[in-house]
Amino acid sequence: MNYIIGAFKPACNISIAFTDGKNRKQVPMKKENGQMVMVPLFQSQENISGKISIEPALGKKVEHNGIKIELLGQIEMYFDKGNFYDFTSLVRELDVPGDIYEKKTYPFEFSTVEMPYETYSGVNVRLRYVLKVTVSRGYAGSIVEYQDFMVRNYSPPPSINNSIKMEVGIEDCLHIEFEYNKSKYHLKDVIIGKIYFLLVRIKIKNMDLEIRRRESTGSGANTHVETETLAKFELMDGAPVRGESIPIRLFLSPYELTPTHRNINNKFSVKYYLNLVLVDEEDRRYFKQQEITIYRLAETT
Amino acid sequence: MIGDGGVDEEEKYLAAGIAGLQQNAFYMHRALDSNNLKDALKYSAQMLSELRTSRLSPHKYYELYMRAFDELRKLEMFFREETKRGCSTIELYELVQHAGNILPRLYLLCTVGSVYIRSKEAPAKDVLKDLVEMCRGIQHPLRGLFLRSYLSQVSRDKLPDIGSEYEGDADTVSDAVEFVLQNFTEMNKLWVRMQHQGPAREKEKREKERSELRDLVGKNLHVLGQIEGVDLDLYKDIVLPRILEQVVNCKDELAQYYLMDCIIQVFPDDYHLQTLETILGACPQLQPSVDIKTILSRLMERLSNYAASSAEVLPEFFQVEAFAKLNSAIGKVIEAQVDMPIDGVVTLYSSLLTFTLHVHHDRLDYVDQILGACVGKLSVVGKLEDSKATKQIVALLSAPLEKYNDIDTALKLTNYPRVLEFLDQGTNKVMANVIIQTIMKNKTCISSADKVEALFELIKGLIKDLDGNLDEVDDEDFNEEQNAVARLIQMLYNDDPKEMLKIICTVKKHIMVGGAKRLPFTVPPLIFCSLKLVRRLQSQEENAGEEEEDASVTPKKIFQILNQMIEALSVIPVPELALRLYLQCAEAANDCDLEPVAYEFFTQAYILYEEEISDSKAQVTAIHLIIGSLQRLHVFGVENRDTLTHKATGYSAKLLKKPEQCRAVYACSHLFWVDDQDSIKDGERVMFCLKRALRIANAVQQMATATRGSSGSVMLFIEILNKYLYFFEKGNPQVTVASIQGLIELITTEMQSDNTTSDPAADAFFASTMRYIQFQKDKGGAVGEKYEPIKT
Repeated sequence: MNYIIGAFKPACNISIAFTDGKNRKQVPMKKENGQMVMVPLFQSQENISGKISIEPALGKKVEHNGIKIELLGQIEMYFDKGNFYDFTSLVRELDVPGDIYEKKTYPFEFSTVEMPYETYSGVNVRLRYVLKVTVSRGYAGSIVEYQDFMVRNYSPPPSINNSIKMEVGIEDCLHIEFEYNKSKYHLKDVIIGKIYFLLVRIKIKNMDLEIRRRESTGSGANTHVETETLAKFELMDGAPVRGESIPIRLFLSPYELTPTHRNINNKFSVKYYLNLVLVDEEDRRYFKQQEITIYRLAETT
Repeated sequence: MIGDGGVDEEEKYLAAGIAGLQQNAFYMHRALDSNNLKDALKYSAQMLSELRTSRLSPHKYYELYMRAFDELRKLEMFFREETKRGCSTIELYELVQHAGNILPRLYLLCTVGSVYIRSKEAPAKDVLKDLVEMCRGIQHPLRGLFLRSYLSQVSRDKLPDIGSEYEGDADTVSDAVEFVLQNFTEMNKLWVRMQHQGPAREKEKREKERSELRDLVGKNLHVLGQIEGVDLDLYKDIVLPRILEQVVNCKDELAQYYLMDCIIQVFPDDYHLQTLETILGACPQLQPSVDIKTILSRLMERLSNYAASSAEVLPEFFQVEAFAKLNSAIGKVIEAQVDMPIDGVVTLYSSLLTFTLHVHHDRLDYVDQILGACVGKLSVVGKLEDSKATKQIVALLSAPLEKYNDIDTALKLTNYPRVLEFLDQGTNKVMANVIIQTIMKNKTCISSADKVEALFELIKGLIKDLDGNLDEVDDEDFNEEQNAVARLIQMLYNDDPKEMLKIICTVKKHIMVGGAKRLPFTVPPLIFCSLKLVRRLQSQEENAGEEEEDASVTPKKIFQILNQMIEALSVIPVPELALRLYLQCAEAANDCDLEPVAYEFFTQAYILYEEEISDSKAQVTAIHLIIGSLQRLHVFGVENRDTLTHKATGYSAKLLKKPEQCRAVYACSHLFWVDDQDSIKDGERVMFCLKRALRIANAVQQMATATRGSSGSVMLFIEILNKYLYFFEKGNPQVTVASIQGLIELITTEMQSDNTTSDPAADAFFASTMRYIQFQKDKGGAVGEKYEPIKT
C-alpha cells in the first residue's frame, strides 16, 4: 500500500524559507479558494532572500534538468482566468542539471527588487507576487512550488493636500455646500468635514456618506467597471433647515480599503469616491460623488 | 412625523420597540459580563437603534428613551471599568464612532464622552464642545431633543464650572456656559421646528406634544442657573443676552412664553433686578400672540417678593429705577400688542401696582400714576363687560387697601374712584365690600368728613341704586351688603365733635338717597352714631363745666337731624323701626335734659303707634317698648308725664288679646313707681293698674270657661302676684299683706279647681314664687319682718 501511495507522492518536497522569516511581518492574504493564509510582507526595493530546500522522498533520487527560482509579479483578470500577465519576472538559476539524493539547500537572493505595484485582490482583477521554484525534469514533468508574499508600498504624506469644497444643488430646491478637509487620505485617516445647508425645500429624511470603490479593468471597449460601496455612514437624521451645518467625522480604519491604484500596468485602476447621499421622504436620492485619493502611510512603529 | 395610527397602534409600536431594546440589552449584558467590548458596542448600537423610530408620540418615546437611558448607565460603568483595565479612553472614543447609524453612534459617543471627561485625559471643555457639535447630526426634532437631553443629563455634573473638579483654565466658566447655551440653542431650534413639520391639521396635537417636551429644553436654563461661576457680570454680558437672542429669534409663541417664564423662575432675583432693562427690552419683541402680561406679571411678582423678603434690598430697586423701567416696559408692551384684551392690560397694571406697593411704600404718586394709566386704557373700552377684566380690576383696587391697611391712603388716590367707574354694578359692589372689609379688618377709623365723602363715593354702589338692573340682587346678599355698610358707619369717628357732626351730615347726605330698601339698614347705625356724639357732648359738658362750647354743635342740633332721619324712615314705611329709634332718641334727649325734644320724640312714637302699627303682635312689642322707655324718662314735667303715661295705659288696655292687655296693664304700673325718683311714686295708681290687670285676668278666666268649658291658665295671676310682691318690697303702701294673701289664695283655689287646665309651667312658676316668699321670710331682718305675715 505504502508503495502505491508513494508512487503518487511528489518526488521531492520543496520548501522556501525567507532569510528574516521569523521577524518579518506576516499579514493575512486571501487565497483563491477563499482561505486566509499568513504571508510575509515586503515593500519595493527590498532584498528578497532565503533558502530553498529540496528533499527527495525517502530513498528516491530526483533527476532534474536544472533548478531555478523566479520572482513574479502577476496580474490576473478574472474574465481571463488562469492567464497571468507577468509585469515583473526575475530568475535565479540555482543548480545545473543533475541528481539529488538527499536534502539539498540553495540560498537565493533578489536584491532591491522593483515592485512598483501593491498586492491587490479585487472583484475582477488580482495582482500578486510570488516566488516560483521549478525543478525541471524531462518526461516526468517539472516540480513547481509557489510561495506567495505580499507587497505594500508606503507613501509619504502628500505635499499638496487641498480640501474638497463644493457647492451643489438643485435650483430652488436644495443647495448645499460641503467640505472634506483633504483630498488625499491615508488608510487610517479620518475624514473631517461639514455640510452646510444653504437652501432646503425638500423634506430630507437622512443623509449618508458612502465610500465607494471603483475598479476598472481592461481597456478600450473591453473596460469593465465594478463599483462597490464599502461604507455607508449616516451623517444626519431628520430634516435640516436653512443655515444648519452638519459635521462629518468618518474614521477610515474600520473599512477594508486599499490605496488608490491608477492605471496599473495599463491593466486596471482602483479609485475611491466619497458619495454624499441625501434621501428625501419619498426615498428619492440626491447625491454628489467626489473622488478622493487613498494612500498608504508608513506605519510608525 | 408621528405615526398616523391610533393609540393602539402606537402601543404596539412601543411594545415592539421595548422588546427589541430588551433583547439587545440582554446580549449587551452578556457581552459586558464577558468583557467583550466589540460585542458590547455592537449590541448597544443595535439596542439604541430602537430609538430611531418615528412612530411614537413624545410621551411614548420618552418611555422608550428612559429604558435606553438605564441601559446606557450600565454601559457607562462598563466603559469606566474598561478604561481602568487599560483600554485608552481616546481609543474608545474613536471606536464608538465607527457605528454606521448616527443616532446610536451619538448616544454612545455621549456615554463615552462622559467617561472621557471623568478620566480627565482631556479637558472637559474640549470633549463637551465636540459632543455638542457632533449632536448636530440629529436634525429630527424629537430624536434630537432626546439625544441632547441625554447629553445634558450626562454632562450636568461634569461642567468645567468654578470649583468643580473639572475646572479648566481661566475661561472655564465661559466654557461651561458656552456649552450649555449651545445645547440649549440647538434644542430650542429643534423644539420650535417641530411645530412646522407635519400636516397642518395636526397643529393642535403637535402643540400639545411640544408642550410635553418643553421641560427638556427648559432644563438647560436650570443647569445654567446652577452653574456656580455665573456671576452677575457673566449673566448680564453673556448668559441673558444669548438666551434672549434665541428666545426672540425663534419667533415661536409657545417657546417664547415658556422660556421667558423659565428665565424668570430660574435665575436669582437680584440678577433680574440688575438686568431689568434687558429682559424688559425683549418683551415687546416677542410674538404678538405671546402672553406677555403673564410673563411680566410673574417677573414683577418675583421682584415684589424679593423686595418683601428684606428691606436691605430696596436700595437696589431705587438704584436701578425699577419702577420707571417696568412702567415704561408695560406701556410699550401694551402699545406693541394692539390686540391685548383689556383684562391683560389690567393684569399688567395690577402686577405693577403690587410691585410698587412692595418696593415704594411711600410713593403714593406712583400708585396713582398707575391707576391713572389704567383709567386711560379703560376709557377707550368703556364700561367693562368682561368678567376676567373686572376680576383683575378688583385685584388692582384691592392691592393698595391690603398693603396700606388703611383706607386713608386709598382715599388720597384721585384716580381710585375713576377706576371704579368702569366696573359694572355687581363688581362695584364687590369692590365696595372689599373696601369695607378692609376697614373692618384693620379697624380703621375714618376721621374726617372729606374722607368720608371720598369713601362713600367709592362705595356708592352699595349706597344707592346705580342706573340699570335692580331686581337681580339676591335678598340675602343685599342684606349682607347693607349690614356691611351699617358696620362701616360705626367706624366713622372723630374726637372733635364739630368734625364728627360734619361726618354725620355727610353720611346722612349719602344714605338718604339710598332708597326704601336701604334706609332701614343704614339709618339706625347713623342714628346710634349720632346718639353717641350726643352722649359725648353731654359728658364733655359735665366734665368741662361751663367751658366755652362751640354753639354749632349742640345736642339740640343733632336731634333735629335725627328727627329728619327717622322721618325719612316713616315714609318707607318701617314704623316699628322708626318707633324704636324715636324712643332711643327720646331717651338720649332725656339724658340731655331736653324735655321738649324728648316729648316730641315720644309724640312721634305715639303717632306712629296709633297710625302705622296695626298688627296686634307689633302693637304688643311696641307698647312694651314704650312703657320701658317711658319708665326711665325723668325729664318730663308732671303734666307731660301724665299725658304720656295716660296714653300708654290707654293703649295697653286697648290691646286686642286679653292676656296681652293684662300684661301691658300691669307693666304700666311701673310708670307710676320709679324706684330712684321720689317724685314718681304714686302707689294708688300702681294699685289701680294692678287691680285692673287682675280684672282683666279674671275676665280671661271667665272667657276661657265660657268658650272652652275650662278655665285657662292661672299664669296671669301668678305674674300679677309677682308684681304685687315687687311693689310690696319696694314699699308701696297700697300693696298690703292682705291683698297679697288674697291673691295667693285665689291662685291656690283656682289651681285646685277641677276645671282648671293644668299647666306645669304655671305650677312651677307659682312654686318658685312661693319659695321666694319663704326665702325672704327666712332672711330675717326688715325684709323678713315684712314678709312674715304672709302665709304660704
